[in-house]
Parts: sequence; structure tokens; C-alpha cells
Amino acid sequence: MRGATHAGRAACAVAVALAATACGGGGDGGEGSGDVGAVLSSSWTDPQNPLEPANTNEVQGGKVLSMIFRGLKQYNPKTGAAEDMLAEKIETSDSRNYTITVKDGWTFSNGEKVTAQSFVDAWNYGASLKNNQKNAYFFSYIEGYDKVHPEKGGQSADTMSGLKVVDERTFTVRLSQKFSSFPDTLGYNAFVPLPRAFYDDHAGWLAKPVGNGPYAVESYTKGSEMRLTKWDTYPGPDAARNGGVTLKVYTDNNTAYTDLMAGNLDLVDDVPAQQLKNVRSDLGDRYLNTPAGIIQTLAFPHYDKEWNTAGAVKVRKGLSRAIDREQITATIFHKTRTPATDWTSPVLGKDGGYKAGLCGEWCRYDAAAAKKLVKEGGGLPGGQVKITYNADTGSHKLWVDAVCNSINNALGNDRACVGNPIGTFADFRSKSTTQKLSGPFRAGWQMDYPLTQNFLQPLYYTNASSNDGKWSSEEFDRLVDEANAETDPAKAVEMFQKAEEVVRDNMAAIPLWYQNGSAGWSPRLSNVSLNPFSVPVYNEIKVG
Amino acid sequence: MGRYVVRRLLQMVPVFIGATLLIFLMVNVMGDPVAGLCGDRQCDAATAAQLRKEFGLDQPVWQQYLTYMGNVFTGDFGTAFNGQEVTELMSTAFPVTFRLTVVAILFEIVIGITLGVLTGLRRGHPVDTGVLLLTLVVISVPTFVTGLLLQLLLGVEWGWIRPSVSPAAPFGELLLPGLVLASVSLAYVTRLTRTSIAENRRADYVRTAIAKGLPRHRVVTRHLLRNSLIPVVTFIGADIGFLMGGAIVTERIFNIHGVGYQLYQGILRQNTQTVVGFVTVLVLVFLLCNLVVDLLYAVLDPRIRYA
Repeated sequence: MRGATHAGRAACAVAVALAATACGGGGDGGEGSGDVGAVLSSSWTDPQNPLEPANTNEVQGGKVLSMIFRGLKQYNPKTGAAEDMLAEKIETSDSRNYTITVKDGWTFSNGEKVTAQSFVDAWNYGASLKNNQKNAYFFSYIEGYDKVHPEKGGQSADTMSGLKVVDERTFTVRLSQKFSSFPDTLGYNAFVPLPRAFYDDHAGWLAKPVGNGPYAVESYTKGSEMRLTKWDTYPGPDAARNGGVTLKVYTDNNTAYTDLMAGNLDLVDDVPAQQLKNVRSDLGDRYLNTPAGIIQTLAFPHYDKEWNTAGAVKVRKGLSRAIDREQITATIFHKTRTPATDWTSPVLGKDGGYKAGLCGEWCRYDAAAAKKLVKEGGGLPGGQVKITYNADTGSHKLWVDAVCNSINNALGNDRACVGNPIGTFADFRSKSTTQKLSGPFRAGWQMDYPLTQNFLQPLYYTNASSNDGKWSSEEFDRLVDEANAETDPAKAVEMFQKAEEVVRDNMAAIPLWYQNGSAGWSPRLSNVSLNPFSVPVYNEIKVG
Repeated sequence: MGRYVVRRLLQMVPVFIGATLLIFLMVNVMGDPVAGLCGDRQCDAATAAQLRKEFGLDQPVWQQYLTYMGNVFTGDFGTAFNGQEVTELMSTAFPVTFRLTVVAILFEIVIGITLGVLTGLRRGHPVDTGVLLLTLVVISVPTFVTGLLLQLLLGVEWGWIRPSVSPAAPFGELLLPGLVLASVSLAYVTRLTRTSIAENRRADYVRTAIAKGLPRHRVVTRHLLRNSLIPVVTFIGADIGFLMGGAIVTERIFNIHGVGYQLYQGILRQNTQTVVGFVTVLVLVFLLCNLVVDLLYAVLDPRIRYA
């Protein structure tokens, strides 16, 4: 998933209450039942990659996929829990071999039946190296992935040996290791089924994607707009309550906001940072700011000798205590972000693995303790920390400067911390992924699926895909492995939290704050809410 | 004249190659674009390598440039990261920006030159002082302030226009963005025309024309204006290229999906193919505009001859 690069998403406590009223009621026969035939317009940004399920790793493309596709599981828009959608049952006895039965009666919007084969083919396509799918690693747990997607050289197989079609509605999955929460990951967009048309006429499909969700694509003008209409014979339980959605591409979220104010647009799902001050008076109750599965952290170059000393842990903890999160979220983000007290996100909920305060005193601002810790740890490596960030998107400069100010004040040294901007996101990423950074750098993480595992394993497991700082801990790895093998979800969560404590004790990365999704809408709309991925729940929106 | 044109066209070749090479190198210096494609998660090594190979990024820069230029001459500008042909992007973006530029240039010519002539003929009058002050204000206020302000007033407060331009971008919707885009240049055109007219007003040929008893409007349009237009035409000619490439701010404010938008996206996503392709076309536009301006000199002032 693309990390949270937008500055404008943020939250306040009041907004949560508002959210509850805005999406409450459920709607059946409630106040204004809405015009089922009416179409609403919504702001959009041009997807970065071709719009294929296993190739879409950012919010804007994912938004479309979640409208036109339904997978085996669907994340509950309110609780984030993975619930059966196309899956009739997913059975396993050993957390490694799964038998999946697909519900009867589902079709794609072009009439083709959704079968076990639709899934197996789509997953094999997504995993295959020759198709360049950027989310291919989602299939890496499946046995035979290393044959279709080797780390070096060409692929030696076209299909994964772990996938087998049993009959029209049943297929089996064999994983290369135990992974008890595997079924819960199946709500992710990369796992949706694909119709034959996708392979037979690929260019045609990309021009006008066909899926099995509540909406069907009516027309798609790349770079300008996509018109989606309600699919009238949609077999699922979550049919659209409006006639359709027109996604309009905006080059600037300020313009989208202006259009909303002028009545030319119904919904913006990213209120620009500059408007946060007046959004309350502009929109009143038609503004929403709810927690999303996004956390911002400061990562460290553990590959760097200077940061890998015995005392460095104390230095990192000292830096963490030198950051006044409360003040920064209040002044820079207008209280629309929440100071982080663990390494996950509140959207997981208590049962899902979020543990408020897990970070403990290490995330509380205390200038004296910070100074002491840094001193005990042998001082700042090189006498100064440089926080690297990309200056092209988001308002990263603002908060990096604020964090540095806070650190400088706490340590009583004007030169203790400086920002180190890099021109573009791509350049920033290429430097951080190739371990070319010499100081802490900004790291944003937007969850792929609402699981604790997703907040920990990709970021802190030895050599994991997003472990850019190359942090490594045998104990952490062992605990994660155990948690993945644990079949009891509650015990697994407990185990993940133990692993998270290892992250804390080493301060592998400094948690900064949780980020929120925001939305504003016109008086025409009601029942607007955001799911844990900060995407509007389009099919629930009522018009008129 | 014919030989002059040929010579000028030949001179364009090295300029063209130099400009594209520079842009190519500059975009390449920005680093590895594939790194940004996978968001905050690292692309797995195999996929990244595969993508690099597909976009030709695994070859040395000089080779990439040669391949690229070779393709350009066959009309292939490569593929953007979202899978669209760059030529396809161009075919949607350039007509929109072209229309926007036409609107802007028309504003410059009609309003700018008219105001320039009016003030040039009435130097020191209140009209002159008023317009001078006004142009000073326009020049000193940045385009995005004018744009956002007009958008807010006309679009949201008074509801006269739509604040954003629809994807089709017809001429009618481009009037306000065109005016905003033209505003600064318009002020310069006014001032340039005014000075030029004021200078030439006392020229011998104007006095002769008046002495011959020609009607005033004829003296002004045929004698005075025609000779005073040379600096103005030079400015407007150079401005065409500038407006087409520099419309980024205006296009962003009014959500116009033109060249500025594509260039901005291209740079943000470090998409070499898009950036170099669009800049290549812009360089051509710029060169052609300059040529046309030079040729116009001879039309405006027959004393200027080309060997």
C-alpha cells in the first residue's frame, strides 16, 4: 500500500462522535430514504499504475477496485473485521492447508459465473513475475510462489503448485508456512476473482474494467473521469443505495473543495490541509474525520554502524521522549491527528491488537529524561540527527521542522536536529530502500488489511519488504512466527503484542501519530462514512 | 526569404537535440523512478528489475537517450507508468492547453494592445495613469492569487461560473482561466505598446501622414501601430511557448487537464517518458513561434530584409 503521503487527513475526537451519527441508523426506512436512481460525484486522483487488482497499491486505484469487485472476504466498513462475502466456508485443520468454497449464484457484471477457477487464475496471474504486478508479494505465502516469482532469473512455472481447483466451487490453498490469519487477508483487493475477459482482451478490460461488485464501469476517460453505475442485478447483500458514482479527477484537492462549496461536486474524501481551519464553519455536520489504518513513524538506519551501537537504543528512546506529540498534532495538524502510543492503529480495536499506551513513558514528552537518555547513550551519532523526508507531497516539511524544534528545545542544542528534504517521493524511496540514508527518516504505513500482523511483520521482521532501516531481532522474528502459527486469534494477538514490546524495548522506530481519513459532502448526500482504509463507503451513500 | 527560412530550420536541429538531451539528463539525475512506484513498500527486487527492463532503465543513460530519440523520430514517445502511451496523453492534453493559450493570447492582443494604444496616445492623462497603476498591480500580484480569488468570487460567492473546468474544456469555460493566465503578460503587452506608441507618435512618418491629411484612425492603425508593434510581436511570440509550458499554476487551480497537469504529474512521479516527450513538443512549439515572429518582422516593417 502506498504510505500516507497526504497531509490533509486528520482527525479530532469530536469527529468520531459525528461519524457515529452520520452513519448511524442503518437507513432502511429511516429518515429520507434517498433517490436510488440518483448519481453522485466524487473527487478522485488519477491512479499511478494500470488498474489491475494485483497492480494497484494506492488508495485512489483501490477505491475503484472496492466499488467494482468483491472478494472472498469483505472488511466490515465500521469494525474492520473480515467477514465472508463470496466465501461460503474457508476450512483448515493445520493453518497451512485451506479448503475454500465459493458461494453459488455470483456472477461478473458481464454475466460470467464466478467460480473457483476465477480465483485461482487471478491469483496465478497476480503472482507471475512476467505480469509485473506490484502487489505480487501478497501471494508469497502460497506454496510455489518462488517458482513463478523467483528473486532472480526467469520464472520456472506459470502457476503456483499450492493452488488447486477441486470442483467448480471449491479450491485448495497450501501455504509454504503456517499462517493462521491467512483467511483474514483475503479481503484485500489483490485477491479478487477476475473474469475471462481480463485475459482474453486485456487492453479492452483495462479501458473498461469488468468486475463483480455493486457497481459497473460505464465509461472511463483516463485522466479525467470514471462513470460507475449501480449494477442492478448485483447478487451480493451490499447493493448500492444510489444510482451510481462519477469519479472526477482533480489535479489539486483545493479545487475539489472549491467545487464542493460551489455545489458542483458531492463528495471530497481528502479535505486539504489549508481548509482545516474553516471546514467546520463551511460544512458543519457534513464533515467527517475518522481514524484510518495509517501510522507515521520515524525509522532509523540500523544498517549504519553509528546507529547500531549499544547505546543507540537509549539515544532513540531519548529522541522519542524529546518529541512533543501533543503540541505538534495540535498546532500543525489542528488536532486532526492523534499522538501515537503504540505501533499499530486504533482502527484495529482492542480485540484486533491495538493496545493504547503500549509505548508507555517512552512516547511521553519529557525534556529532562530525553536529555539524560541521549547523554547516557553516548550522544547523538555525529553530534546531529538529520531527518530525511520528501518535500514534494504532503506537508512533511512542516512537521519535520516542528519535530526538530521540539528535539532541539528538549536537548538544549540548536543544532541537534535538522530536516533533510529530498525533492521527489521516488528519489526519497530509492534512497531509503537502498539504505543510502544516514539518519532517521519519515516512514508512513497504511495498512493493507486490518490485522496487527500487517503493522508489524512487513516493517520490522528481518529483511521484510518494508524494513527499510534493516532492523533485525531474533526474538521479534520468533514471536511473529509463533503468532502466525497460532490458531486462536486472541492468543495470536497477544503474541503479536509481545513482539511489539520487543520493538518498543529497542525503539526500532519512533511512533509519531495516527492519521485519519477525512471527507466533506454536499447537502444532497446522507449516510456518508469512511471505512478503516479512509475510503468512503460508496454503496451506503444515499442521494437526495 | 526561402533560404533564410531553411537556414533557420536547420539551426533548430542542434537546439532541439541539446534541449532534449538536457531535459533527459535532468530527469535522470532525479534518481530511480521505479522506487516510487510501489509506494511506501519496497517493490520486490524481481518485479523492480523487470519494470526497469521494460522501461529501458537498466541501460546506460546515453543509450537510453539514443533509443528514445530513435523512437521519437518514428513517432513513438514511449509509455507512461500508468500504461498509457505518451502520444495518447499528448493528444488529450495539447488541444486543451492550445485552446487555453489561444484564449490567453487573444486577451493579450485585444485588451493589451487596445489599452496600450489608448494610453500611448494620451500620455499623462488620468486614463494613462489609471491603466499604468492597474498594470502595476496585475504584475505584482502572483497568478495563483488572482486565480484563486477570481475562482472564489465568480465561482463560489456569486456563482457566475463553474470553479473547475470540465474534462472537455470548451472555449466558454476557458475564458476566466485564459484571462488569469494572460493577466501578467497582458500587463506587459499594454506597457510595451504604450511606450512604443508614445515614442513613435513624434516620428517623421507619423507627422507626414498627418500632414497629408489622412484620417486619424488610419494614421494610428496603418502607420503608427504597425511600426510600433515589432517589440510587442516579439514578446507575444515568445509568450506563446511560455504560456503553453508555464500554465501549470493556472491549470492546477482550475483543474484543467492540459500540458501543465501532465508535466506536473510526470515530474512528481519521475516519469521520464512523459516529461521528456512533452518538453520535446514544447521546445518545437517555442522554436516555431520564434521563427514565425522573425518572419513577421518583414511583414510589419519592409525595411527589415532577409538575405
